[in-house]
Amino acid sequence: MPKHALLPAALLALGAGTAQADSSLDELRAEIRQMRDHYETRLAELEARLKQAEARPAPAAEAAAAPSGNDINPEIGLVLQGSYARREGGEHHLTGYLTGGHDHGSSRGFNLDHTELTLAANIDTQFRGYANIAFVDDAAEVEEAWFQTLGLGKGFTLKAGRFLSGIGYANEQHPHAWDFADNSLMYRALFGEHLGQDGVQAKWLAPVETFLELGLEMGRGGNFPGSAAGGDRNGPGAWAAFAHAGGDVGANASWRAGLSYLHAKPVDRDSGMEDLNDVEAETLMSGHSRTWLADFVWKWAPDGNPRARSLKVQAEYFHRRERGDLTCADNTADGGLCSGLTDAYRSRQSGWYAQTVYQFMPRWRLGLRYDRLDTGSVDFGANNANLPVADYHPNKWSFMVDYAPSEFSLLRLQLARDHAMAGNPDNGQVTLQYVHSLGAHGAHRY
Amino acid sequence: MLMRNLFAVVLMGLLLTAQPSRAALNVLACEPEWAALVAEVAGDRAKVTSATTARQDPHHIEARPSLIARTRNADLVVCSGADLEVGWLPLLLRESGNPRVQAGQPGHFEATRHLRLLEKPARVDRSMGDVHAAGNPHVHLDPRNLLLVSEALARRLAELDPAGAADYAARRAAFASRMQTAIARWEKEAASLRGLPVVVQHRSWTYLADWLGLRVVADLEPKPGVEPSAAHLARLLETLKAQPARGILRAAYLSPRAGDWLAEKAGVPALTLPYSVGDSPASADLFGLFDSLVAQLKAGLQ
Ligand SMILES: [Zn+2]
Repeated sequence: MPKHALLPAALLALGAGTAQADSSLDELRAEIRQMRDHYETRLAELEARLKQAEARPAPAAEAAAAPSGNDINPEIGLVLQGSYARREGGEHHLTGYLTGGHDHGSSRGFNLDHTELTLAANIDTQFRGYANIAFVDDAAEVEEAWFQTLGLGKGFTLKAGRFLSGIGYANEQHPHAWDFADNSLMYRALFGEHLGQDGVQAKWLAPVETFLELGLEMGRGGNFPGSAAGGDRNGPGAWAAFAHAGGDVGANASWRAGLSYLHAKPVDRDSGMEDLNDVEAETLMSGHSRTWLADFVWKWAPDGNPRARSLKVQAEYFHRRERGDLTCADNTADGGLCSGLTDAYRSRQSGWYAQTVYQFMPRWRLGLRYDRLDTGSVDFGANNANLPVADYHPNKWSFMVDYAPSEFSLLRLQLARDHAMAGNPDNGQVTLQYVHSLGAHGAHRY
Repeated sequence: MLMRNLFAVVLMGLLLTAQPSRAALNVLACEPEWAALVAEVAGDRAKVTSATTARQDPHHIEARPSLIARTRNADLVVCSGADLEVGWLPLLLRESGNPRVQAGQPGHFEATRHLRLLEKPARVDRSMGDVHAAGNPHVHLDPRNLLLVSEALARRLAELDPAGAADYAARRAAFASRMQTAIARWEKEAASLRGLPVVVQHRSWTYLADWLGLRVVADLEPKPGVEPSAAHLARLLETLKAQPARGILRAAYLSPRAGDWLAEKAGVPALTLPYSVGDSPASADLFGLFDSLVAQLKAGLQ
């Protein structure tokens, strides 16, 4: 700036001219003052003009109609998850349940849980696309890959591709969004991890002040409780319907409740269990699987502001009926009882979990969960002579505390008493877990 | 089927209780300041609700079922934009099944698109905290911004409801003239605040400070959106010893702990200021909001 450059020059001149008379010094001072005043007025003028220019809307602002949100297209995110678990070794079956779903159950010791890569973007004004690829060692699994409509109107949304079914509450959550280090026993029993559908989903939001959403899904039915062979047909191998309602209670609390139904048609659905000789047996089930789910979530925060404190209570219940034929594959070579016999199979089973998570100060949360399943009534027909019919209530207590240094990182400690498997109570499970997200991280659902 | 009948009964009940509104437009504002501005410009022609209250942190709102339902029924959403609502608004829009309010549609209005934003970072990465990449979106605390936004808003309302165009223009003009008079009064009242050094908790007060000439010397947050840490507070205390501030400015939705600690140690008052309309009965509308802000700043900082 000339103003600043002039001042030292003037001072130098002053220093050099020691013989100068007082009068010329005063003259110089006056001149400098004048110059300074002049520059300051000019500066003030310029600043004022700049302010004015800034106050006017940016010329392009009105015209620009680029979608808001993330400007990166597509939004790319990566979730890093891993854990250290201390627990009983050996097999961990859910006693009394035919399982076989998609499950990334972690083993003990150090674990790298699956790494999720997500890509999402509005495809155009009509569609949005999303993909979630999970990497597990030498495999990459497409967990989700779908598009949904944005512009149907009247509250309708269509989704097609591979997506997490809208049934229940926790089903649409990826493991990184869970409040505990592992899945509830109920979801393990029903789906392994969660129910993914390859198919279409239609949702309709009622035009009322209260949240009321109805949904219908038709899918391939290739996943448990369906099966790969069950999906090999022209019609849907599984269909689901759900209704969710929700609202606010004053400014502090909100809730959501739902009722869902799932019908799957498995063919040769593969599940492993131990026969009455304690030898591994492979069962193949074909028939119908019908599940009802009820879910309820209630959230509270002072003034509805969860920054400092908040409370979440969540519970789900299911009832599943299956009927069809069951084959117990020949395992006599291993000393087993099954000889490949096929006979009628029927079961009625139910279970539930309830959990609460309390954030007692910013970034810190405590959680408690209780899981309980009922093996209910199971009838293997002639295979009752080979396979155990359990009378047991798998159950589990879990306690967790987590710390989230920011909304993109989370560290969790979980303690559990796991009685999911009869005769193998694991009373001291300790899990240390991290969940970190890089890049774009879509908003979590309610 | 029992269940099917139950659904039908519930549905009928809800449809019957839903009363069609007499207003021409159904407006959902993301924050109460925009709800208040819509009310000023649209009057009875719009039924307007706010998704958040002055006591909620607009960065961290959950996509609650009630908000999805309100987005579904809205003709217009009025939000701050510039990523302030990036954690929840996109989800509401997607879940709403309402094409009218999707980004880029006339029913989607973002206030920050009509302003020049302050504090636009040259470079952004997550190690810098929860930084707003598009610039500071907390624009409403400079009332001159409200004048600019109200003009764009009146035009948008007229576009969506042409029958009310004259009404919106007249109401906007009346609002602008009242606001201009009020701004002149507030600026006079707050003239003595010019140049006073203050500490803020989050950059929510940037536009207020810019308008009134307050000098922001420190932020309780080490990085935007990051909770104040003990180490950072200790450093701040040292800074304040060398360069005293006149007060700590904060919103009610943030934890008061850090501010209280620093206030006590450094001997400066911590002011919990109304961040938006509806924080208290005194700030029931935009004029009341600035009346209380100016009064509380004058009482607290001098
Ligand atoms: Zn902010």
